[in-house]
Amino acid sequence: MEIGGPLTPAAIAHPHQLSALSIASSLQLPLALVCAPLLPGVINRVKAFFAGRTGQPVLQPYRDLLKLLQKGAVYSTTTTWVFRAGPVVSLSCAALALMLTPLNGLPALLAFPGDIVLFAYVLALGRFFTVAAALDTGSAFEGMGASREVWFSTLSEPALLLGLAALAKHAGKLSLTSIYNELDPAVLFVSGGPALILVAAAFAVVFLAENSRIPFDDPNTHLELTMIHEVMVLDHGGPDFGLIQYAAALKLWVLGALVTGILVPARSGRPLLDLFTGLLGMLLLAAATGVVESVMARLRLARVSQLLAAAAALSILALMLVSSA
Amino acid sequence: MTWALLGVPMFCGAVAFFLRPHGPRRFLLVAAALAHAALTLQTWRCLPAPVLLGYLELDAAGRLFMSITSVLFLAAAVYAVGFLKESRHAKESEQEDGFFFDNAPEAAFTGGLLFFLATMTLAALSQHFGLLWVAVEATTLASAPLIHYHRQRSSLEAAWKYLLICSVGIALALLGNFFLAVAARNNPDLLMTAKELVGNARTLDPVWLKAAFLLFLTGYGTKMGLAPLHTWLPDAHSEAPSVVSALLSGALLNCAFLALLRVHAVLSAAGLADFSGGLLMIFGLLSMAVAAAFIVGQADFKRMLAYSSVEHMGILAFGAGLGTAAPAAMLHAVNHSLTKGLLFLTAGNILAASRTKSVHEIRGLLRALPFSGGLWLLGFLAITGSPPFGPFISELWILKGALDARRGLLAGLYLALLAIVFTGMSSAVLKMSQGEPSEKLQAVPKTSLWRLLPPAALAAAVLVLGLWIPRPLREAVQEAAVLLGGR
Amino acid sequence: MNFWLDALIVLVILANLRVLGASRLDACIKTVAFQGALLGLLPVLAHLDSLNARLLFQAGISTFLKAAVFPWLLGKALREAGLQREVEPFVGFTTSLAAGVLFLGAALWIGVRLPLTDSKAAAALAPAALFTIFVGLFIMVSRRKALSQVLGYLILENGIYAFGMAFAEKQPLLVELGILLDVFMAVFVMGIAIYHISREFDHLDADRMSTLKD
Repeated sequence: MEIGGPLTPAAIAHPHQLSALSIASSLQLPLALVCAPLLPGVINRVKAFFAGRTGQPVLQPYRDLLKLLQKGAVYSTTTTWVFRAGPVVSLSCAALALMLTPLNGLPALLAFPGDIVLFAYVLALGRFFTVAAALDTGSAFEGMGASREVWFSTLSEPALLLGLAALAKHAGKLSLTSIYNELDPAVLFVSGGPALILVAAAFAVVFLAENSRIPFDDPNTHLELTMIHEVMVLDHGGPDFGLIQYAAALKLWVLGALVTGILVPARSGRPLLDLFTGLLGMLLLAAATGVVESVMARLRLARVSQLLAAAAALSILALMLVSSA
Repeated sequence: MTWALLGVPMFCGAVAFFLRPHGPRRFLLVAAALAHAALTLQTWRCLPAPVLLGYLELDAAGRLFMSITSVLFLAAAVYAVGFLKESRHAKESEQEDGFFFDNAPEAAFTGGLLFFLATMTLAALSQHFGLLWVAVEATTLASAPLIHYHRQRSSLEAAWKYLLICSVGIALALLGNFFLAVAARNNPDLLMTAKELVGNARTLDPVWLKAAFLLFLTGYGTKMGLAPLHTWLPDAHSEAPSVVSALLSGALLNCAFLALLRVHAVLSAAGLADFSGGLLMIFGLLSMAVAAAFIVGQADFKRMLAYSSVEHMGILAFGAGLGTAAPAAMLHAVNHSLTKGLLFLTAGNILAASRTKSVHEIRGLLRALPFSGGLWLLGFLAITGSPPFGPFISELWILKGALDARRGLLAGLYLALLAIVFTGMSSAVLKMSQGEPSEKLQAVPKTSLWRLLPPAALAAAVLVLGLWIPRPLREAVQEAAVLLGGR
Repeated sequence: MNFWLDALIVLVILANLRVLGASRLDACIKTVAFQGALLGLLPVLAHLDSLNARLLFQAGISTFLKAAVFPWLLGKALREAGLQREVEPFVGFTTSLAAGVLFLGAALWIGVRLPLTDSKAAAALAPAALFTIFVGLFIMVSRRKALSQVLGYLILENGIYAFGMAFAEKQPLLVELGILLDVFMAVFVMGIAIYHISREFDHLDADRMSTLKD
């Protein structure tokens, strides 16, 4: 098994042979790390626009992160190392998932056959540690939020995995990079289109669910009974909370890249241009999320499971279509 | 001629809808029935020519079934006059025991009856499988409102079940039609009429043919009342007014049987007679068994008659499936329809007099209603296969066919089930007929002649057929059997 | 095999899944109307290069009946019954959806194995048609309200019609019109029956109409 990607030992040994492609792909990670907090900023700004307010500046998340990192932290005596490990692990998992994700057809930093499974499980690991940290506090309230969160992800993981399986079947490859390399959204409406559109729809639902957006969870709610994700991170403060916010932004980027990779028709073949359009696609997706959040209300809990089951059904349908075509 | 056979009932039905006065409308009903019967008689002298490119053609089989329908309808029409007259009078004074019949407008009922006749005629005339399907579905739709004439909860429930189950069955039969069309794909210009398909049967794809037969069996079998698809039958046939029950049991089930046999004919011609015949025999015996199970101890006498219809449809399927006994099955169709008509019309008289459908509440029929009681007893003897009535001859002939084909086990089963049905029905009927009149039968009004003549005429016909089968009928039965896949 | 045919097939399948998961009767009626409209347009899309007057006429009548007349009749029955709009199934929605996915798998499996004609349109359409038939039967069995049973019947007819379109392309116009007329009359009569049921029983629960039994 070879680990592919642009930064192979051979490439590093001969830097003057680095092509535009490898430059662009190696710039992906720093770009994502820097620009990820833009996404929540854009979402909030769009929501404010719809609400008739001016709203936070787009760069506000950066200021919030800086502020949080400079604070001290208070830890409850009922917590153990799990509570301190939670934010760290969730950030590392998000970063690892980031290294596997291709943007707009460019190769990711790490790529090997089967990395779609690693991708899904790394996200699951991060979620597990967040939940464990929440349960570690010993509070029933966090426990309630944790159980809801886990229930949602039980339903959304099949949608994600089956959608990835459908894409893998379509491309004939098992690596995220190779799969997205094969896709050409511009010809979505000509060949094999409907199955991919279905996968994109399923991924959009998973994107909203995993990132705790409306219609699954209201990130701005302050009512205890309606919190899901917020509840789990309620007890973290200071730098820990900063890490959690940053990890959430990275997760937005990672799952968003999956969606824009199918839907955004901008593969020019010039790597640096593709990188730029990829960033634009992500911002557009953030704006669209803001619109969805402003237009819809949060669903009843019973309906959430139905919507996620529907997303899973769409993924299965796409898989069946691709297998029998 | 063909157009007249269809047009007379349709036109008269439409007119009946709009006729206000009751007298002329009832006259129209009887007149239309007489006209239809006369036209049918004429077809026995010479068959009419095919019409509409062979889509509508009266062959020997169609003529036989249409004649049954016509005769039964004539009896029913005469009976209906008496029935409608009395239910008009009854409406004002009927408030007891939840037997308050708020009847549908009579015009709708009469028009509906005539439309029903038209659709059944269409089913007998259709040679094209698609058109046959349309006709059978049309019969479902035409008869459903008739079931709900007595505006009661139970009849509404029965009509709904009937409508839904039969429509689903018929939808599956439509799928069967499409499968049949696919089976004929090697012959793209083949017209989907029975004649053409039978003629070219060897060129049809056997796998698709078998699948088509399975769907047709499910679809038309539902309409025919074969178990286990018969669940709508006891409800619909017992809740409908007796006139309608007689037509449903005596004429409509035959239409579905005819449709099923036309498919069987195609399969026989293609060499798959064992497959389709075997399935028909299995379903036939199953229907007989289910009917026997439910007749024993049945508390509602109209429901008992409905299950008896299931049983006889089973006998018909069994006979048709045997191949050698196909002419017997055709004769049995005639006998069963006449006898069942007799029984249901008599049951209508009993119901009108006693206001109850329960077997336990009626005693001493022979004393309270001598004529109807006598007909009831005769009808029971006929339907269970006692000599000297018609059904005895046809059931014996089917038994002979089974033994000739060396199917001893099946013949034994057939006899055993017939015996069980006999015991089941006899206990109910004999208890109802003998002894002193029960409380419900204390003050019975005199039954009008309109209600007595038709069942009496049918009884006479059944008796005659038990003693002597006229030559035209014998020949017609043989011809029909050959046309419908028999040997 | 063009994109539009593919998209139509996928939309038909999605419509079925939607009906399985919908909880309000008017949403179900609208989805069935949408599916009927799609299938009405099917003959035109399948033979884009060989259109003739007969195809257009047939497509026009089917679409009119399925997308306009039937929903109107059913909507009228629903309004006149004046009853609850909830579907009230025996089988929960998520279970129905799971069952739907199973049916889809079965339909695809069977559809691939059917010995078919050479037409590629037929090969693509057969699984969708079979799936629609299964879903129609399932809805009839698993829903309580009489109106849902009629909807199931309509979906069943849609599926059979789609199957017919895929295979028996040479049905004469007379028969097709007859079939459409029959379905129309069936829905009409059923609508009247539903009106009577709601008046008589004060509810539309077919499940509670069970006085007749042995």
